[in-house]
Amino acid sequence: MTNLAPPRAGRDPVKVAARSAHARGRFRSRDYVGLLYAAPTAVIVGVLFIAPLALIGWMSLNKWPLLGPAHLNAPDNYVKIADDPLFVDSVLFTLKYTVIITVLLSAVALGLALLVQNRRPGIAFFRTAFFLPGAVGFAAAALLFYGMLNPEFGPLGFMDVKWIGTPNMALFSTIALVLWRFAGFNMLILLTGLQAIPVEVYEAARSDGANRWQIFTRITLPLLRPTIALMLILSVTGSLLAFDQFFIFTNGGPDNSTVSMVMVIYRNAFFRFDLGGAAALSVVLLVALVALNALQLRVLRGGNK
Amino acid sequence: MAKRFSAALAAGLLVTALAACGSTEETPAASGSAPAPDTGTTVTMWTRAATQAQSQRLVDAYNASHKNQVKLTVIPIDNYQPRIAAAAGAGQLPDIFAADVIFVPNYTSQGLYLDITDRIAQLPFKDSLAASHMKLGTYEGKMYTLPHTLDLSVWFWNKDLYEKAGLDPEKGPTTLKEFAEQATTVQEKLGKDGKVHGTFFGGNCGGCYVFTFWPSVWAAGGQVMDELGTKSLVNQSPMTDVFAIYKDMYDRGLSGPTTKEEQGATWTGFFPKGEIGVMPMPSTTLGGMPADMNIGVAPIAGPDGGESTFVGGDSVGISATTKNADAAWDFLTWTVSDEAQVEVMAKNKDVLARTDLSNNKYSAADPRVVLINSLVAKGQTPYAPRFGQTFNDPQGPWLRFAREAVFGDPAKLAELNVAVEKSLVQ
Repeated sequence: MTNLAPPRAGRDPVKVAARSAHARGRFRSRDYVGLLYAAPTAVIVGVLFIAPLALIGWMSLNKWPLLGPAHLNAPDNYVKIADDPLFVDSVLFTLKYTVIITVLLSAVALGLALLVQNRRPGIAFFRTAFFLPGAVGFAAAALLFYGMLNPEFGPLGFMDVKWIGTPNMALFSTIALVLWRFAGFNMLILLTGLQAIPVEVYEAARSDGANRWQIFTRITLPLLRPTIALMLILSVTGSLLAFDQFFIFTNGGPDNSTVSMVMVIYRNAFFRFDLGGAAALSVVLLVALVALNALQLRVLRGGNK
Repeated sequence: MAKRFSAALAAGLLVTALAACGSTEETPAASGSAPAPDTGTTVTMWTRAATQAQSQRLVDAYNASHKNQVKLTVIPIDNYQPRIAAAAGAGQLPDIFAADVIFVPNYTSQGLYLDITDRIAQLPFKDSLAASHMKLGTYEGKMYTLPHTLDLSVWFWNKDLYEKAGLDPEKGPTTLKEFAEQATTVQEKLGKDGKVHGTFFGGNCGGCYVFTFWPSVWAAGGQVMDELGTKSLVNQSPMTDVFAIYKDMYDRGLSGPTTKEEQGATWTGFFPKGEIGVMPMPSTTLGGMPADMNIGVAPIAGPDGGESTFVGGDSVGISATTKNADAAWDFLTWTVSDEAQVEVMAKNKDVLARTDLSNNKYSAADPRVVLINSLVAKGQTPYAPRFGQTFNDPQGPWLRFAREAVFGDPAKLAELNVAVEKSLVQ
């Protein structure tokens, strides 16, 4: 196969270096134009990402009141994190939630994707139906479930089940909400991966006598690996940053059993007006997320080589 | 060519940046030295959903009779505190904002309100403004707020259900124990099919406990905190006695099935449906009750008697960062004027911000309103600088405490009270 590809020009490193040195002399102004083309993006990234990030870092080193001047108190905001039992509990809870939701969401999404993978009459209806909950805003979806499962006013209230009344039921109901809302979206991601697998590979496997299970484990899953990696990273990051579902649907209850990390950050900032402490928590969470994603990418990519 | 292009682009960016800077500085009709108050200025105002009806009526009446216009934004109750905090942090508070009176000490200590001591001193009726609201709006000797709405907790009983249950419909409870007895009768006589319940309360809502349980403590001559709002007394009698009575009612199934889960958004929704015999309710809901429902109103009592109420509601002040202080003050003074108080507030059965007007042509028509007005002087508004994060926040220590007291194990309360105290002095 490789010998069919045309030899690529200019891959010789010496030649490339020589050429760009030449270009630097002659087309210097072109470089500036290039920079200018990149400038709008750079400005947006700078204003919307780098600047807030730097501000958060700076806030986390200060006692930062709502109004008036801040003053440096580093590293108090970081030291007191360990003293906050609510945050420590929320870390454990968020990790537990992330594991459960990632496993279930992947399984359900993969199942749905396999169901609607092949073109057959009426398949568009099912694809749309599975994806449709993803078109509902997440906050709206959480409110929808809150209303639907309300024991007094909701249509499912007659079932006499305390949907958000006990810690386990509250977690269960939230997971149901998240699955309903996100399974279709993850299905779509997997579907694009599934359809990128060439039909010839399947045909070859079938003519070699592979059964359905073998095709699934030996062909579909390995070739789907990059797509699954993308879905896992989105799911893990999204779950660790979970907020809407717990804030709106369970309100952290009952008895603080469903308080996620971001809820603690929110509480510190906007109920306790401790903006510096909230910024410190955000920085810790950010560092943890970056590390986790780096690790995940490494593990998931590692197998491809 | 490229140079010219880059220069043009740079200039373009610069203009955009300048425009962006300019827009944050821009405010409508920035007031220099004392402009005439009624010149068609638009002032912005925020209020929380709980007292939306009252705020809206005041704003509508003001806008109809003035050139200045008030633009009211109503924010859901749960989000109000965070929205104020976020806006203050970003320097984007509205000209006027109302706040739950118990949060006011925190806001004044954070410097969110403009000092209006001198302006208040010029009001002829300054001594008749609701005392509890004025006290909480005073910080280090300076005054920052006016009373906006008053919302008192009282007991409502459903006379129709009382009659069906064989109780005297004209005789409401005068002690918390009687309250429990009457709830028991309603439950036993009418609660068989699960539609009607003896009583109800917001069991997963810190603010609801504060608003509806604490007056029983005050009525019994007790306290929930010390004067400074830094020491908790909720693990002592009479608070524990009050909890015990409610716990007993819950354990005997007198309270609606969703009591334990009620987060506060719907707790006042059951009584108007005619499903509850007797329960604590906010006085502001009286005007909106179904016209064909016969409702009795009683002061909240302690286990063995007494009378008290939580003098809640909203205070209103001018934000420290406003550019329209004079126009904002014009609206604020109008809201406590005779005209607004009688023709807007009293007409709709609301409690008045001024005690000198409590006997007016409207209140006389409904003895329940006279009763509610009379409670303003008997009730209390608790003061604590860290009130919200301790008592209202769903993740705060008080909700854990109260739920343990009503649904759990009272033996754990000593430990949970430590968390309450810690939060109060944070």
